[in-house]
Amino acid sequence: MSGEAPLIQVAGLSKKFCTDLRTSLKYGVQDLAAEMVGRERSHQLRPKEFWALNDVSFELHRGECLGLLGRNGAGKTTLLKMLNGLMKPDKGRIELRGRVGALIALGAGFNPVLTGRENIFVNAAVLGIPSSVVRQRLDEIIAFAELEDFIDMPVQNYSSGMNVRLGFSVAAVLLEPDILFLDEVLAVGDIGFAMKCLNRVREMMAHSAVIFVSHSMPMVSSFCTRALVMQRGRVMLDTEDMGLAMDLYMRDFPVEHRVTGSGGAEVLDLRLLAKGEPVAEADAVVDQGSEGAVELTVRIEQGERAMVSVFIDDIAMSQVLAVVVKDGRGEPIEFGGGTHRLHVPLGKLEMNMGSYSILVGVRSLNSQLSLCRAQGLSPFRVRSHNVTWSKIVREQVSTVLPA
Amino acid sequence: MSDVAIYTPDSAMGSPAKMVRGLLRDVSRSWHLAWRLAKRDISAQYRQSFLGYLWAFIMPIANTVVWIMLNRSGVVRIADTAIPYPVYVFTGTMVWQMLVEAVQSPLQQVAMSRSFLTKLNFPREALIVSGLLKQVFSLIVKFVILVPAVILLGVSPDWHLVLAPFALLVTVLAGSSVGLLISPIGMLYNDVGRVIPLLAQFFMYITPVVFAVPGSGFMAQVFRWNPATPLVLTSRAWLTGADTPAFVPFLVVATVAILLLFIGGLLYRLALPILIERLSS
Repeated sequence: MSGEAPLIQVAGLSKKFCTDLRTSLKYGVQDLAAEMVGRERSHQLRPKEFWALNDVSFELHRGECLGLLGRNGAGKTTLLKMLNGLMKPDKGRIELRGRVGALIALGAGFNPVLTGRENIFVNAAVLGIPSSVVRQRLDEIIAFAELEDFIDMPVQNYSSGMNVRLGFSVAAVLLEPDILFLDEVLAVGDIGFAMKCLNRVREMMAHSAVIFVSHSMPMVSSFCTRALVMQRGRVMLDTEDMGLAMDLYMRDFPVEHRVTGSGGAEVLDLRLLAKGEPVAEADAVVDQGSEGAVELTVRIEQGERAMVSVFIDDIAMSQVLAVVVKDGRGEPIEFGGGTHRLHVPLGKLEMNMGSYSILVGVRSLNSQLSLCRAQGLSPFRVRSHNVTWSKIVREQVSTVLPA
Repeated sequence: MSDVAIYTPDSAMGSPAKMVRGLLRDVSRSWHLAWRLAKRDISAQYRQSFLGYLWAFIMPIANTVVWIMLNRSGVVRIADTAIPYPVYVFTGTMVWQMLVEAVQSPLQQVAMSRSFLTKLNFPREALIVSGLLKQVFSLIVKFVILVPAVILLGVSPDWHLVLAPFALLVTVLAGSSVGLLISPIGMLYNDVGRVIPLLAQFFMYITPVVFAVPGSGFMAQVFRWNPATPLVLTSRAWLTGADTPAFVPFLVVATVAILLLFIGGLLYRLALPILIERLSS
């Protein structure tokens, strides 16, 4: 493998897009005319145009998997489409060596009236695979899709899961690419099938150069050996340090601060502590595994009796950790009306890399209603150099037992 | 590992020889896919329809009935035709329908595959070739039913009948070449797709589909210079054994059609990457 030329070479790649449909169509006609007379494309932006991809360069070797990270509209899909030869660059150059395969648009060419079996042949033809090969591996495809009983049924009677399973199986069994493009589709169907997909994708990855677009950080960290963080068409970072890349990507998402509840209580102040020290307010970073705590001030309406809980939310606003505020005897602390200051230890912050925030809930013991639910407080990122595919990361000293 | 793909902003017009080679290579590469797509569409259409291929005849028959009635009632006066008028209208309408379908085919083919055209890379010539295959298929079906129908209507074809499929094929190629030439613009603006049936209506009346070619006057010139005229006249003559019209115009139209088909193919190849970015962005 060493010494082999890179399979993908991209140099100074740029692409213009237009914000307005009518203008875009007009430019399309102009480009068409220019293309026909063989005139070179203008490198200037015309009105209502912007650079969807701006001066992107990289090389990729066999065995590498490059994750494209960035918010929607950062240029990931555009880059993928240009690599796949669907659009012409406005500037720059792409060179690909070897067979190109894409796990994109699964089940392309399926006709709903035809049976699963017939559609396998159509889909394979779109992927450029001759029928003789399909015939040899037909049973394998059907078995992979787990559709033995339904393969002669029209696909319009398939559930959407069955449809996508068939589409995935055709591509996954038949493609043997040197260069592989993946766009967020590697796990389809139910959990059992999704695991099978992932294993198959991993096999395909072993002997190809892979470009992978995904928003799922666990997937990225488990598959990719390298990442390109993109922002507004530019490459902000090209690194093999996945932790660094994800950290930069996460920084691109502002955490939304939201308060709901009856209003019978409010969080006046909250401060995050790590290793006993307050964490900076802006751009807060916490090292994985450090002891965390919050100091908070809540005001509760007179006449109420309430319970306080603290949660850690991940980027998707789902709760990762719940801390029930108890006293020394293990009983929940009951708060009456007034202003209370609390120190709540959070334990070791063992979450995997990513963006997190604090949620404080105050629940009335009289009515069981939520008095206050303040979300997105004190956002922080967890930093780590361990890249693992898990929600929680714990380092444990282990003992080697005598055999 | 011999495959190397290079994408740059340079226009493919920079090296025309390479572009022509690329076109020929991709057309030959696209046969398998084209065949699969054609087979898919034909079987799907067949399976989902009760009347199936009878539909190919319902329109011409309806048209024939209308014109026979118009002719009988004297609403329009139609000059005498060499063969019985019903046969004249029936064959004319049939050929005309094939021509119009051929014009519409490239745009339709592209529209049908739009969902994966903008996501996957495959020889896009396959869409056009598959459109041609479908038309050849329908040509064969129509021919097989046309011949007994014509005999039933009291016309006896002569040896020219064996040439008739060739005339029909040229008609299909001519229509497809026009369709292919307008497809790049048609993909950008859907006005094009809407205008085709309108123009087809108009053109039908200056082509000897339901009317005979006028003997003299301005309209006679219009009929004569209309490139669709030789196609319809020759096809009909060969189908029915009537006197064959001058062969030269037909040959000219056939040659130009094949030339245009080739130019259309190059244009299509040149235009698609530009169109895809406009369609999918």
